[in-house]
Amino acid sequence: MTANIARGSLPSTARKPWGRFSSLSPSWVFALPALLVYAAVVLYPSLAGMVYAFTDWSGIGEDKSFVGLANLTAMLHDEQAMGSIGNTLLLTVTIVAVQNGVGLLLALGVHVKLRSRAVLRVVFFAPVVVSPVMVAFLWKYIYNPDPAAGLNGLLGTHIDWLGDPSLALWSIAGTVVWQYAGYSMVIFLAGLEGIPPELHEAAMIDGAGTWQRFRYVTWPLLAPSLTINLMLSTIGGLKLFDQVFAATNGGPGYATETLSTVLYKQAFVFGKFGYSTAIALVLALFVAAVSMVQLYYLRNREVAQ
Amino acid sequence: MKRTFLLEIVMVAVAVAFLFPVYALITLSLKDPAQIAHSPLSLPAPPTLDNFDKAWTAAALGPSLVNSTVITVVSLVALVALGSFAAYYLARAQSRMGYGLYILFLLGIVLPFQLGMIPLYQLVSDLGLIGSHAGMIVFYTGIQLPFTVFLYTGFIRALPRDYASAAQIDGASHFTAFTKVVFPLLRPITGTVLILNAVFIWNDFFTPLLYLGGSGFETIPVSVFAFVGQYVSDHGLVFAGLVLGALPVVVAFLLLQRYVIKGFASGLKG
Repeated sequence: MTANIARGSLPSTARKPWGRFSSLSPSWVFALPALLVYAAVVLYPSLAGMVYAFTDWSGIGEDKSFVGLANLTAMLHDEQAMGSIGNTLLLTVTIVAVQNGVGLLLALGVHVKLRSRAVLRVVFFAPVVVSPVMVAFLWKYIYNPDPAAGLNGLLGTHIDWLGDPSLALWSIAGTVVWQYAGYSMVIFLAGLEGIPPELHEAAMIDGAGTWQRFRYVTWPLLAPSLTINLMLSTIGGLKLFDQVFAATNGGPGYATETLSTVLYKQAFVFGKFGYSTAIALVLALFVAAVSMVQLYYLRNREVAQ
Repeated sequence: MKRTFLLEIVMVAVAVAFLFPVYALITLSLKDPAQIAHSPLSLPAPPTLDNFDKAWTAAALGPSLVNSTVITVVSLVALVALGSFAAYYLARAQSRMGYGLYILFLLGIVLPFQLGMIPLYQLVSDLGLIGSHAGMIVFYTGIQLPFTVFLYTGFIRALPRDYASAAQIDGASHFTAFTKVVFPLLRPITGTVLILNAVFIWNDFFTPLLYLGGSGFETIPVSVFAFVGQYVSDHGLVFAGLVLGALPVVVAFLLLQRYVIKGFASGLKG
């Protein structure tokens, strides 16, 4: 009834090919171009990837047969692949903890009305916008084993930061933290700016000290920022590729292989495309699990707005 | 007052330590090999621009700058156009299909691109788009659409319907109502969409390495990667290449810092 009236009063839309359906809501044709590109670039390849993970495809031609779970069981006996899972998780946990810890401290420092705060914010954030490969190359020099150059020259040490297998993974984590601590900082800072100053004043009147105000006012109200930061750094850590590829390419030995570097090598160095997609599937399961939590959280926030 | 002063000193000291790699980067790029071997950490005396001269041509940074710009700009235009159009439908549709499609797009945020990486490489290669701008543009548009659609849909949902309805009562179609009335209102979120996608696309490395490596259409990160591999022991030259490679994005950041920081601080990322 309403639709009829609306249509009657809008003669110009009624003449359009799909105008009959469009009087109240825009037509689905609006979403069609996006859907086509999205389906071609993301949906179809991801579905195909899930299938390829169970084949022995070598990447040449269409010649492939199903091998069931063979790729996944092969992974269990593959020292490089299993090591890369451990490395990926260790890197992720380290990056998440240190990057957010440093980011929070920087945010708390820059949140105070310092004269240099605007400059400090820009300085700490700047590495975020630079290509991770370039940052990794810069740090490759900073981690130079030469005792006169880079970090060794500054600290007066003689350490082979990237060449020592027991140290290389931590050195890479250091690069990532240096680049992205400023990212965590700005997210925490946005959280801090959203805390009404009256709450701090009230707590002060009640006799709360600096630590108590942080513990009972700031910290609980930073929960949303913390959640976002944890998600972003976890997903970033799990997918880590550029920095490792540029700094060590997984070496020395397998000391810094991550899931992403191993699946890259299996496909583009060894031509084991089926096996590579199986590793990608494992990575996808890790990332999807974390992303689901993120998406759930973000959609709730969207509703709350 | 005194405590703020102390904190100020501490924070500035932290910033100085934080900038040590940047100090090394810039001073080394201004030194000749003899100076680097002698005193790697001192200030360059005298500074030389030779490295920059050589790096610019050796790393083919001119053509790469053009490639990066073309790929980033065209992808951004496609993302804004396709993303906002789709979101207009997804935000306003009251049907099951609208909701289903929205969920389908959100799925793309969850799926890591590594899962489809190899089938997609095969597809792009079958289409003959390896080693071309077009292949990269289609890739970035597809891969960043879910996130773009998510940002636009949330924003449009919060927008009153009245503006578009008024235009339609005046006889405008949905298409006209969107382009003339709704789209201009989306400016704040379009800014965020542009900034976050631009930083991602400009700096992306893995896919352009696969698609563009050795093609002559390399983007800046891929060119710098190849250049560093070739001149790895000549640190001054390598660092001049890194400085030049990072310069466009750093200058853009310094000019737009307020918007960039705000975009990133929203806690969303492609």
